[in-house]
Amino acid sequence: MSAPTETARGVTVELTDLRRSYGGIPALDGLTLHLAPGELVALLGPSGCGKTTALRCLAGLEDPDSGTVSVGGRDVTGVPTNKRDMGMVFQAYSLFPHLTARENVEFGLLLRKRAASERRSRAAEMLDLVGLSSQMDKYAHQMSGGQQQRVALARALAIEPTVLLLDEPLSALDAKVRVQLRDEIRRIQTEVGTTTLFVTHDQEEALAVADRVGVMRSGVLQQIAAPEELYSRPVNDFVADFVGVTNRVPGHVSGGSASVLGGRVELLPGSAGDGTATVLVRPEHLTLDRTAANATVVSASFLGSHAKVVVTPDAGAEGTAAAPLVVQVRSADVGSFSPGDRVCVRPTGAAALAVAAG
Amino acid sequence: MTGSPMTGLPLNGAPVKGQRAVRLRRQTWFRRVVVTVVVIAFLIPLYGMLNFTTHDPSGQVDLTTWRTLVDVNKISTDYPDLATGFVASVGLAIVTVSVMLVLLVPTMTWVRLRLPSMSRPVEFICLLPLTVPAIVLVVGLSPVYSWLTDWLVYFFGESVGESTIWLGLAYVILVLPYSYRSIDAGLRAIDVRTLSEAARSLGAGWPTVMWRVVLPNLRTAVLSASFLSVALVLGEFTIANLFSRTNLQVAMYLLGKSDAQISIAVGLVSLVFAFLVLFAMSFVGTTRGRTTRSPFRLRRNRQEST
Ligand SMILES: Nc1ncnc2c1ncn2[C@@H]1O[C@H](COP(=O)(O)OP(=O)(O)O)[C@@H](O)[C@H]1O
Ligand SMILES: [Mg+2]
Repeated sequence: MSAPTETARGVTVELTDLRRSYGGIPALDGLTLHLAPGELVALLGPSGCGKTTALRCLAGLEDPDSGTVSVGGRDVTGVPTNKRDMGMVFQAYSLFPHLTARENVEFGLLLRKRAASERRSRAAEMLDLVGLSSQMDKYAHQMSGGQQQRVALARALAIEPTVLLLDEPLSALDAKVRVQLRDEIRRIQTEVGTTTLFVTHDQEEALAVADRVGVMRSGVLQQIAAPEELYSRPVNDFVADFVGVTNRVPGHVSGGSASVLGGRVELLPGSAGDGTATVLVRPEHLTLDRTAANATVVSASFLGSHAKVVVTPDAGAEGTAAAPLVVQVRSADVGSFSPGDRVCVRPTGAAALAVAAG
Repeated sequence: MTGSPMTGLPLNGAPVKGQRAVRLRRQTWFRRVVVTVVVIAFLIPLYGMLNFTTHDPSGQVDLTTWRTLVDVNKISTDYPDLATGFVASVGLAIVTVSVMLVLLVPTMTWVRLRLPSMSRPVEFICLLPLTVPAIVLVVGLSPVYSWLTDWLVYFFGESVGESTIWLGLAYVILVLPYSYRSIDAGLRAIDVRTLSEAARSLGAGWPTVMWRVVLPNLRTAVLSASFLSVALVLGEFTIANLFSRTNLQVAMYLLGKSDAQISIAVGLVSLVFAFLVLFAMSFVGTTRGRTTRSPFRLRRNRQEST
C-alpha cells in the first residue's frame, strides 16, 4: 500500500516539555510528545484541553513559554511559521476565496518560485490524490465543505511538508462525509508517508485513523498508545471514561483481581489497592444470561452490528443502589430481552481498571 | 423570513397571512412614496441648474455656457482657476486615497489579527471625524499646517511647501470614517485569521499575506472606500477655502462671483459625476459575485430578506 521511497520522507518530531499559559491559566502544562517518522498521531481530548495550542506550537503559530520543538533532529522552536514547511488543514474552511481549487494548491509552490509547468502538474497530481481532478477550476463557494477540506489537504501536501498538521479538519462536516474523508486522510497519509499530527475531540475518529492516540486533559498528556491498547488498557479513570463506553461497577479488590457482580476480573496495572473500589468494565466485557437473576432489564436497543441492553443490578453485597449498566449483546439476541425481564449480568473476566471508590 | 415565499403559505394560519399581506402592501407603498420624494428633492435643484445654464437672462435658450465648458482650450485660458482647481482636486483625490489605503488596510488587518483588544479604540478614532465640524478641524489643523508649511518651504522651497496637495493629509482625516466602515465590512466578510495562517504555513511572510491574500479578498471593500473618498474629496469646499487653497469647489465658488452660469454648469457636472460614482459603487464586485460585498449591497440584501 505505501510506497517505500516516499515513506522515507517522514521525519521525527519531538515536542519536549512544552508549556504555554494564557493569563496565568496553563493551556499546555509540560507536554512531551514524540512522533516517529511517517507516523500518524492523534491528539484526543475534551474541548479546551490544549490540543490546538500544542498543534499551533508545532506549527510556529504560537510560541511556547518554555520547552522545545524539534523536527528531523533540528531545533525549530524559534523558527517562524513560514519557514517551517508544515502543511496545515484547519477546522474552519481556509481556502483562499479569490482563487480556484488549482490556484489554491499552487499557492505554496508559487511562493517557492517553481516553474508554471511544474506547479500545474503538481497541483493536478495532488487534486487527483484527493479525488477532485474534475473540480480544479471551482472556487471555494462552489464546493461542498468536504470538497473544500480535500482541496485544503491537497494544498497542504503540495509543498511536500515535513509535517502534516490537521486541526479538527472534519468537525464542520456532516457525519457521513466525516467518516468517508477520515478514511481517505488515512489512505493518503499512508501513501505519502508524511509524519502527521491529527487533533480531534472525537474518540471514534482518533481511534480509526491513528497509529497512536494521545489523550490530553488540562494541558497534560495522560496516555499515548496504539488505539487497541488505549481502549483495552487505559492507565487511568479519565482515559477509560473518555475512550469508549465504560460501566462503573462497585467491586472489591484483593490480590490483583476484583470481585464484581459475583464474578472475578483481572486488574490492569495502575489499579487501586485492596479494598472496595470502582471497577471500569466495558459493555462487551459483560454478559447476560437467565441463570441466577441479579438485575432487571431497563431497555434494549438494536444498533445494527450489535445491540445494547441496559440493566439495573439489584443492590448487592458490594454496593448499594447501583447505577444502570450497559451490556453489549449480539444483535440477533436483542429480541429476547424486554424491559422488566429478570436477568443475570456477569463479567467475562477480561482485564479491567479499578479505581478508588467514589 | 417566517412564511415560505414560494408557496405563500403562512406558518401560523390564515389570519396572519392577511395581516402580513396588508403590512407588505403598506410597506411597498411607503417605500414608493419615500423614493419619489427623495428623487424629486434631488431632481428639482438639478433641473434648476440645468435650466439656469441653458437660458440667457431674457429666457431664450442659449448653450454658450456648455460650449465653453466642453472646449478644453478656451476654458483653461478664460478660467485658469477652474483648471488649477480641477487638477488640484484630482491630485488630492489620488493622494487622499493612497494615504488612506496605506494607513488603514494594514492597520485594520493587524488589529484584527493581533490586537483585537484595540479594535474599539481604533474604531472610535476613525469615526471621531464624523463628530468634528470641518470648521473646528481647520482651527485645530491650522497651527499644524503652518508649522508643516514652514518646514516644507525650508526644505523644498515655496512651490512644494505651499502646494495644495498637502491638503490631502487633512482630507485623509475627513474620509477616515467612511473608509473605515467599508474596509471593516470587508474584513468581517472573510476569516482573515485563518486565511493568513494558512498562507503563512504555506510559506508566505507578512507582506505576501497582505498583498496576495488579504488585499485581493478586500477588493470590493477597498474599491468602495476609494470611491467614497474620491466623491468626498471632489466635493470638499470648507477646508480648502479656509486654508486659502484652490480646489475644484473653491474655483467654482470664485467663478460664481464672476460668471455664475459657468460655475453652476461645473457644479452640475461634478454632482452628476459624484452620483455616477456612487451608483457604480453598488455594482462593483458583483462580477465574481462572492468574497467581500460592499456595505451597500449587504444593506440591500438585508432589506430583501425582511
Ligand atoms: N489566544 C488565546 N487567548 C486566551 N486563551 C486561550 C487562547 N488560545 C487558547 N486559550 C485557552 O487555552 C486553553 C486550551 O485551548 P485549545 O488549545 O484551543 O484547546 P482545544 O483545542 O483542546 O479545544 C483553553 O482553555 C483556551 O481557553
Ligand atoms: Mg481546538
